[in-house]
Amino acid sequence: MNTASSDLLTLVLGIFGVLIFASAIGYVLQRRFSADGPNGAVDNLNARIKAWWVMVILIGVAFIAGRAGVLILFAFCSFAALREFITLINTRRADHWALALAFFVVLPIQYYLLWAEEYGIFAIFIPVYAFLLMPIISVLRGDTERFLLRIAEVQWALMICVFCASHVPALLTLTIPGYESRNVLLIAFLVIVVQLSDVLQYVWGKLFGRTKIAPNLSPSKTVEGFVGGVISATLIGASLWWITPFTPFQAGLLALIITLMGFFGGLVMSAVKRDRGVKDWGNLIEGHGGLIDRLDSVVFSAPIFFHIVRYWWSLS
Amino acid sequence: MKIMIAEFAAAAFVLFARAITAVRAIWPEHGLPSRPCVYFANHSSHGDFVLVWAVLPPRLRKQARPVAGAEYWLKSKISTFIGRDVFNAVLIEREREKRTQDPIALMTSAIDDGSSLILFPEGTRNLTDARLLPFKSGLFHLVSARPDVDLVPVWINNLNRVMPKGEIVPIPLICTVAFGDALRIMANEDKDAFLERMQSALLALAPKPLGSGE
Repeated sequence: MNTASSDLLTLVLGIFGVLIFASAIGYVLQRRFSADGPNGAVDNLNARIKAWWVMVILIGVAFIAGRAGVLILFAFCSFAALREFITLINTRRADHWALALAFFVVLPIQYYLLWAEEYGIFAIFIPVYAFLLMPIISVLRGDTERFLLRIAEVQWALMICVFCASHVPALLTLTIPGYESRNVLLIAFLVIVVQLSDVLQYVWGKLFGRTKIAPNLSPSKTVEGFVGGVISATLIGASLWWITPFTPFQAGLLALIITLMGFFGGLVMSAVKRDRGVKDWGNLIEGHGGLIDRLDSVVFSAPIFFHIVRYWWSLS
Repeated sequence: MKIMIAEFAAAAFVLFARAITAVRAIWPEHGLPSRPCVYFANHSSHGDFVLVWAVLPPRLRKQARPVAGAEYWLKSKISTFIGRDVFNAVLIEREREKRTQDPIALMTSAIDDGSSLILFPEGTRNLTDARLLPFKSGLFHLVSARPDVDLVPVWINNLNRVMPKGEIVPIPLICTVAFGDALRIMANEDKDAFLERMQSALLALAPKPLGSGE
């Protein structure tokens, strides 16, 4: 067993330990508070924990399957996220071909470019080629009603759901001296820190939350949850330095950046939901809502994390 | 052999519909009737009944038969196979002058045989901007013949955006199928009042348009 897979195994065992602990707490809460009737908060918590088991196992299987597995997993996430996003935006019949192109051409090409490790095109394919070609496809139908809004929304959907999301598996393409064949652990680091930050903000908020931080955007987010979640996720990130090419201090700093981007990403996506008049992006994940509800913080932190690591650590 | 292919094709249709639309059912407060009933839905796409069919629990799905236009489905060999063998549709002739069989008789005999019907009372696909076209009288004539049958309103949301008229590539979008509580015709209810009541029951299931704020 090489060091990458033994580290991965340690990590997976650790996560399973956390999930078993969470499931045990969920079980006790259920026995105490909803033994003889449903309790909304506890049932939602248990549904969330159950969904976490499924998500962790799915990601674990993808990691074992290697590069192809990770790419397929994130391509599927992009597909499901894009489907949730496009469902909520203003599209008209004139956009039909542009939308078909987004799902069946742009998305597969973006992930193919990762597979082929064509970084030069990967980095500009959606911001340049799709950006210019999609409105051309839409304009050919001659429908000018809300035209700017329509093309802007489709481009935003592609940037968030495909371009930004694809920067998670893009971490596999980096070449870091002394870190060869361990890149999958960078994905683990990013995903663990950002998701733990979300979970810890939720836990700190539930335990000590008093002051609402953004009442207009997300009534459940509190200052106490934010501060507690960011600090504890940063410390956990620092303590995970051994799976990264970073020193403990660097790992903590990157974890801080990741959690801050994740937090503000969550706020931005909440504002979009408010604008569209919905509470959740969808119903894909029991207890959590849609896939974007779980992915919003990852999507905002992944490209920044990718570019910081690429600029300061990677040779490619 | 033919039956096996038909069952395989049915499963493939359902899988494809689910992969594209991630369709989710919204069930009524009192559940669906377990006896044969009539599901009546809004009609804006050829995929409408596949979606209703896909979300029904397997036991109810087996007994549900879509009611569809014979002119359309008997056009070619393959569409006949899909209409008759895969979906086991009750095929009715829509053009009054050319009719050889009474559509109401076909539907009542399907109900008498223990089948449920999936019916689109607008009579044709709604390609207008109106949410619902005025109902044809078929639904009324059907319940006049079988007044004790349950009528379940079904609102299919978003499928018209997945595949608008004239397009061949479906766009993946999330669809929902909302079922209402079962209704019956009331004693002495006349045709217009009955159809009006059914239309409002169906419209009540439609979600508010997106971006209308809270």
